[in-house]
Amino acid sequence: MAGEQDENTPRRQAIHAQIDENLKRVYALAAAEELPDRFKDLLAQLKARDAAIKGGDS
Amino acid sequence: MTAAAVAPEDPRDRLPAAIPRLRAFAISLTRDVTHADDLVQDTILKAWSNMDKFDPGSNLDAWLFTILRNTFYSGLRKTRREVQDSDGAFAATLSERPAHDSRLALKDFQRAFDQLSPEHREVLILIGASGFSCEEAAGMMGVAVGTVKSRASRARRRLTELLHLADGEDMFSGTDGATQAVVLRASTAAR
Repeated sequence: MAGEQDENTPRRQAIHAQIDENLKRVYALAAAEELPDRFKDLLAQLKARDAAIKGGDS
Repeated sequence: MTAAAVAPEDPRDRLPAAIPRLRAFAISLTRDVTHADDLVQDTILKAWSNMDKFDPGSNLDAWLFTILRNTFYSGLRKTRREVQDSDGAFAATLSERPAHDSRLALKDFQRAFDQLSPEHREVLILIGASGFSCEEAAGMMGVAVGTVKSRASRARRRLTELLHLADGEDMFSGTDGATQAVVLRASTAAR
C-alpha cells in the first residue's frame, strides 16, 4: 500500500508482503481453533434470562 | 415464536457467528488462550447489555473488537500483568520447519510476533490480517489515522528486526511449495 514513505523499496515491500502473509496465517489459525462450550452456554444463559425478564416474545 | 414482520434483526443474534473472529483477535492480542477466553467472555457480557448502543448499520466485529481491546488495556493497566510469553501457547501447536529452509517459517514468525508489544500486535492484526482499514483501526484504537500508520510501520520494522530480516537478505531463495504444503498439513493435524 502506498503512503508509507520508508516502506516503498522493493525489498521492504517484499518483507511487508511476507509479514502480512504470516499475520493472516496466525489470525486464521487462531480463528480456526475450536471454541470452548462456555461461550455457547453463556449466550444461551443470557438469552434465557432476557426471555424470562420480558416474560416471553413480544 | 411470533413472526414480527417489521421488527429489525436483533444484533445479539449475530454474536455467535462473530465469536470465532473475536477470539482470534483476543488470542492474537494476548498470545494466551486462557486470558483470551476471559476477555471474550467479558466482551460478550458487555456487548449483550450494551447492545442498544450498537448501531446496527455499523460493523459488529469492529464494535466487539473495540470492547475487547479496551477491556484488555484497562486490565493491563490495573494489574500490570505480564502478557509477553516467548513460548506463546499458540506457537506450541505449530510444526517446525526444516532449519535449512530459508523461507520465513511460521513458527519463527510466531515467536517474533509474541515478542512484540500488545499495541504492535494489535495494529498488525487489525490492518494486516483482519482486513480493517487504517481509518477503522483508528476508530477502534481511539487514535488518529496517522498514528495507526506510523505504529504499523514501527511494528513491521520491529518484527523485521526480530526475524533478522535485513534489507539485503533474500527471503525467497528457499521457497518450496511442497515443504509449505507439508507444514500446513502438519499444523492442521496438530490442532
